[in-house]
Amino acid sequence: MPTFDLSNTPLRDLNSALHRLSAGANDTAFEVVNPRGSHAVAVGIDSPVKVEIRGSVGYYCAGMNDGGTVTVHGSAGPGVAENMMSGTVVIEGDASQYAGATGQGGLLVIKGNAASRCGISMKGIDIVVSGSIGHMSAFMGQSGHLVVLGDAGDALGDSIYEAKLFVRGTVKSLGSDCIEKEMRPEHLEKLAELLEKAGIADARPEEFKRFGSARKLYNFNIDNADAY
Amino acid sequence: MSYHNPHTPPRKSATFDDATMAEIRRAAATGIYDIRGAGTKRKVPHFDDLLFLGASISRYPLEGYREKCDTTVTLGTRFARKPITLKTPITIAGMSFGALSGNAKEALGRGATIAGTSTTTGDGGMTNEERGHSQTLVYQYLPSRYGMNPRDLRRADAIEVVVGQGAKPGGGGMLLGQKISDRVANMRNLPKGIDQRSACRHPDWTGPDDLEIKILELREITDWEKPIYIKVGGARPYYDTALAVKAGADVVVLDGMQGGTAATQDVFIENVGMPTLACIRPAVQALQDLGMHRKVQLIVSGGIRSGADVAKAMALGADAVAIGTAALVAIGDNDPKWEAEYQKLGTTAGAYDDWHEGKDPAGITTQDPELAARLDPVAAGRRLANYLKVMTLEAQTIARACGKNHLHNLEPEDLCALTMEAAAMAQVPLAGTSWYPGKAGF
Repeated sequence: MPTFDLSNTPLRDLNSALHRLSAGANDTAFEVVNPRGSHAVAVGIDSPVKVEIRGSVGYYCAGMNDGGTVTVHGSAGPGVAENMMSGTVVIEGDASQYAGATGQGGLLVIKGNAASRCGISMKGIDIVVSGSIGHMSAFMGQSGHLVVLGDAGDALGDSIYEAKLFVRGTVKSLGSDCIEKEMRPEHLEKLAELLEKAGIADARPEEFKRFGSARKLYNFNIDNADAY
Repeated sequence: MSYHNPHTPPRKSATFDDATMAEIRRAAATGIYDIRGAGTKRKVPHFDDLLFLGASISRYPLEGYREKCDTTVTLGTRFARKPITLKTPITIAGMSFGALSGNAKEALGRGATIAGTSTTTGDGGMTNEERGHSQTLVYQYLPSRYGMNPRDLRRADAIEVVVGQGAKPGGGGMLLGQKISDRVANMRNLPKGIDQRSACRHPDWTGPDDLEIKILELREITDWEKPIYIKVGGARPYYDTALAVKAGADVVVLDGMQGGTAATQDVFIENVGMPTLACIRPAVQALQDLGMHRKVQLIVSGGIRSGADVAKAMALGADAVAIGTAALVAIGDNDPKWEAEYQKLGTTAGAYDDWHEGKDPAGITTQDPELAARLDPVAAGRRLANYLKVMTLEAQTIARACGKNHLHNLEPEDLCALTMEAAAMAQVPLAGTSWYPGKAGF
């Protein structure tokens, strides 16, 4: 397994190596040591490569991941797995702001807590957070699923479109046009699938509440102006 | 003989003029602010307020059509491994598929390609037609991230991180439901028929320090190949330019308030942002102060209409310009041949700006298949190419008259100003004097 030591290897070498993998390449598993909070680690992956990162990373780790499996054995800075297309990103520790922002696909698993704006503008990504999430999470969330085993902060799902939110703990407050919705069988089924994919065995779908869009702000109406 | 006291003639208020009162009545009747396309319609100091001096005893001219006046420009020389070189410094500004029809986007790509320049995507992502018909395509990285994906980043020739635009610095966009066709809805991953908001700020960075890291990420994803532009609206051009340089931009795109938009509140278009003329010198000053003039290229947009405007922008220090509204006019927007239909929409050719409603008789700002089919992308592309070539020739004509063998050699000393305002904004002397406001010696 090729190992990149970021204490003595330029970031550019790591990322370009991850991009050059043609189908059937021999090396499909990489290890990154001494990331020491580096930004943009393992970004733009475009093949089903596995990357193990030993330590904490800075901004935008695994950004735009398309098919890779990236595990951070530490915590992640802002924008982890931003705009992910497909694949899996696992954060063993905590994640900072904007985790999974604008993600279009794939699975982001955060085993600790996530800070504010988790899943902001999400467009199809699935995010599972074992801990709690901060304020304004799933703001303008378009599609995909956000599963939170702990609590959610203020203004959850503000101005949400069709993203589906599941929270096991408490929600401090809901944002504009976000409401609690009925948990139907298909939601329980999807939730069970996501918990299993995330490797979580100690939570049952029935313990969660579902939140989503009231769809009252979908077309502009002046009488809704105080909601904006 | 009786005496009649003379009547006081009816007098309308300058403050509450007809247009103002009509807008008050419209607001009262509808309960919604006026949304429209295009840029500011108010008169602001502009390139018309500047003149070139031409040659004289101390400056000799170049022979028209005989002595070479180069127009090429290379963008992205600071960091990008693959800078782009254009035959003309007149580029096509970002306009979205969604706001524009597929045929209109294709026409822009065709015209730009014939003329040897670049075109730019917009909110909503890159279409195959656009990529296919554009030899050099700039891919916008916008707050909404609609349609954003790494494959398109890699097949772009440059990336433009949009922080703001001149028509609405600080504002996001709104594509109203009537323009959300199945294809547009699918590209943006939103339900059909709803009003689609484009966010006003990026979801995963705030401020210049974050932006620097965001640009690092984009460079790493694209293996440092692509020139990265930062586009800002005309708000604080000195500081925005300096911060864009600090954040690692290869190119700064500066869009004044005459720059157009697909749809924004009229109050925003007319009251926020600075005229293009007022933006250029502070931006160039920032580049010069940082020792980056010509190293980080400056593209100026907002109200560029002719080769004279191009030459004036470049004389003030721009490396290139971008056109949006003018390009749409060239391919057929607001053409009087559709006057009868404009009348039915309650407007007239030359004034039509309800681009957000999707009913454009010219088939440009619409997603209606029947209207869109009115625009022949091949013929419209040819018109755009003709227009770009005329503008380039015009700019060359002026540059030669000033004795310049490259448009980039035009300089502020080639200009004078017709008004105090223009003299102050462009920092070139009022015609017939050696003085401009702010310069010592008044």
